[in-house]
Amino acid sequence: MIETMEPKSPPAADSALGRIAIDSAQRRPDDGSGSEEVFRVRGLDFFYGGSAQALYGVDLDIPANRVTALIGPSGCGKSTFLRTLNRMNDTIDGTRVKGEVLLDGEDVYDPSVDVVELRRRVGMVFQRPNPFPMSIRDNVTFGPRLHGMKAAGGEAETLVERCLKGAALWEETKDRLDESALALSGGQQQRLCIARALANRPEVLLLDEPCSALDPNATAKIEDLIFELRGDYTIVIVTHNMQQAARVSDRTAFFLRGKLVESGRTEDIFTRPEHTETESYITGRFG
Amino acid sequence: MSRPARRPLSATQRPDVRGGMGIFLCAGAVSVVLIAAIAFFGLIFAEGAKPFWPRTLVEWQLADGRTLLVQELDVIDGEMRARMGNRDLNPVREDHLRAGPEEILSRSVPEDAVHIERMEHGPFHGYLVGGSEDSAWQDDGLHVLMPDRETEVVFEEAAVVRIKEINRMSLLSRLGAWLGGTWRFLTEAPREANTEGGVWPALVGTCLLVILMSVLVVPFGVLAAVYLNEYAKDTWFVKLVRVAVNNLAGVPSIVYGVFGLGFFVYGLGGSIDALFYADKLPTPTFGASGLLWAALTMALLTVPVVVVATEEALRAVPRERRDAALALGATRWEALRTVILPGARPGILTGLILAVSRAAGEVAPLMLTGAVAFAEELPVNGEFPFVHLERKFMHLGHHIYSVGFQSPDVEAVVPIVYATAALLILLVAALNLAAVRIRTRVRRQLTGA
Repeated sequence: MIETMEPKSPPAADSALGRIAIDSAQRRPDDGSGSEEVFRVRGLDFFYGGSAQALYGVDLDIPANRVTALIGPSGCGKSTFLRTLNRMNDTIDGTRVKGEVLLDGEDVYDPSVDVVELRRRVGMVFQRPNPFPMSIRDNVTFGPRLHGMKAAGGEAETLVERCLKGAALWEETKDRLDESALALSGGQQQRLCIARALANRPEVLLLDEPCSALDPNATAKIEDLIFELRGDYTIVIVTHNMQQAARVSDRTAFFLRGKLVESGRTEDIFTRPEHTETESYITGRFG
Repeated sequence: MSRPARRPLSATQRPDVRGGMGIFLCAGAVSVVLIAAIAFFGLIFAEGAKPFWPRTLVEWQLADGRTLLVQELDVIDGEMRARMGNRDLNPVREDHLRAGPEEILSRSVPEDAVHIERMEHGPFHGYLVGGSEDSAWQDDGLHVLMPDRETEVVFEEAAVVRIKEINRMSLLSRLGAWLGGTWRFLTEAPREANTEGGVWPALVGTCLLVILMSVLVVPFGVLAAVYLNEYAKDTWFVKLVRVAVNNLAGVPSIVYGVFGLGFFVYGLGGSIDALFYADKLPTPTFGASGLLWAALTMALLTVPVVVVATEEALRAVPRERRDAALALGATRWEALRTVILPGARPGILTGLILAVSRAAGEVAPLMLTGAVAFAEELPVNGEFPFVHLERKFMHLGHHIYSVGFQSPDVEAVVPIVYATAALLILLVAALNLAAVRIRTRVRRQLTGA
């Protein structure tokens, strides 16, 4: 891992943020075709330890400013795939990757890649809400502070407000920014985690079953939030919940036993799946 | 498939008796521990509080014709044990005596008896000349009468510490005197080969040793645990290191003392002297046992505790939290510094509490590396550099040993040994309590409650 902290340039004009204005004007929400892809994954094999292979030759494009849902039964490799996108699998000893994962044309597994910068551009929210044991404000500013922002001052204030508003948490927390984040409810904590990820101004947001630890009410709020965020961010969401995938995503990819079975427009996958396995899974015959 | 025969739900035995033997054994064990603890602390605190209570002075007429003023202590084997004082003035040169009932012809409580605390030779029991302090103080000093009310003795002003007419004191003023005595025990330096006076230097020495040890052991132990837990791969070598660290906790403390003497005092200290204090040699500066070396030895002795506790604490930080920090673009070191170590603080504090309890109570390694029965000067004072790490120091645990077993007057020091032991226990308890409170506060911060 490259530990040096290079000065981080603000999101460049050619990054996703620069394209928002053009894109959101002309995009059809339920359709990823024609949109430029942010991630292009080719022939991705993934191994835990020496022999346990978790992914087999996955090819998948993830279009910009769309919500892509990854579905499949437990152990199918969807979470592993998600974690290869920001190299979170690096934190597990003995893992090995083959194939290409291109972010805007750059291979994220190239030895010269600064993982810190990669993870700034590709944010992640986890299954269980995991706020840090600090104040709400400090949670939000955590990422930017790592990258050199000062903890106090106008910049931080605006950032906190913008991110909490972005995560639809501002109204509930604006009077208690200095209280511990752990005093929030589970759903609020998860939205805080999204706000925390947004603070880094990422291009891509990876959501790893973000609602599986939440009650239906909190889940609905997160889904609304995903719906709002998709105009500005490329979102990849892993979910166990078919209805959720159908509700929030533009495109869906179905994984089974480490292989990508099929991917396409969510509408198509749910109404006219090409593979019988996809159909069986979606209709609840297994999984 | 056949089912087992149906039996009635009503139990043949009372339900609460089922497994009764197990419960009995467990509860029994707890009771035994509880009784032992209560007996232990009760004894030490009761005995430790006694020496400062102003006991009534009783006049004894003995069968051999002597008249004594004594403070009656207790009855052992039918003989009464009493402190008669006047060690330098009586023919037997002793402070305490025992007498059977047949030897004591009469006992009475004279109102005007006084107890005089002196700089030397223990207390004096007798009477003031003229019956009051004003008349007893004359130009050449304090004129007093021996218990026989005939022989007159004069004490120089400097020799007299305090005069108490104990038998005229009310319960309340005795209580005040008791508090005063306790306070002086805590804040005064010892006198007369530690048999009189207080334990202030030992108290200071103990606290200083513990603080210095904590300052040394925490960074060292935490860094070691961080390396073992966060960076080291799980190889046989790391496993070996871990086993070695755990086993260090079981090494007898005297071995640490010998090691500290050989490695720190003679090795390190000797080298420092040779390099920086060569002009003072052969008089050693750091090459002799002292506070720094004792603290280092204690740090070495307690480092396994801190390492183990910190490793546990690091392991207890949820994986999701680490992942969150890394996913936000933190390097491993940044994640450690900003999220993982702060989250592990309660566990680290637990390690420190255990280390402090152990260090405050150890004596054996200190005897070799720096503690002495009597130190002329405190290791802290107003002179630069304020803390004198090369000085020898007094320590409560060592004080118990040296006073209790190395004193010329064994009878006289028993109360002091009890009082010192009680103080040491209280000190450890106070340190523990403080650390537990800090830990609770940190934990509350962490959980946001």
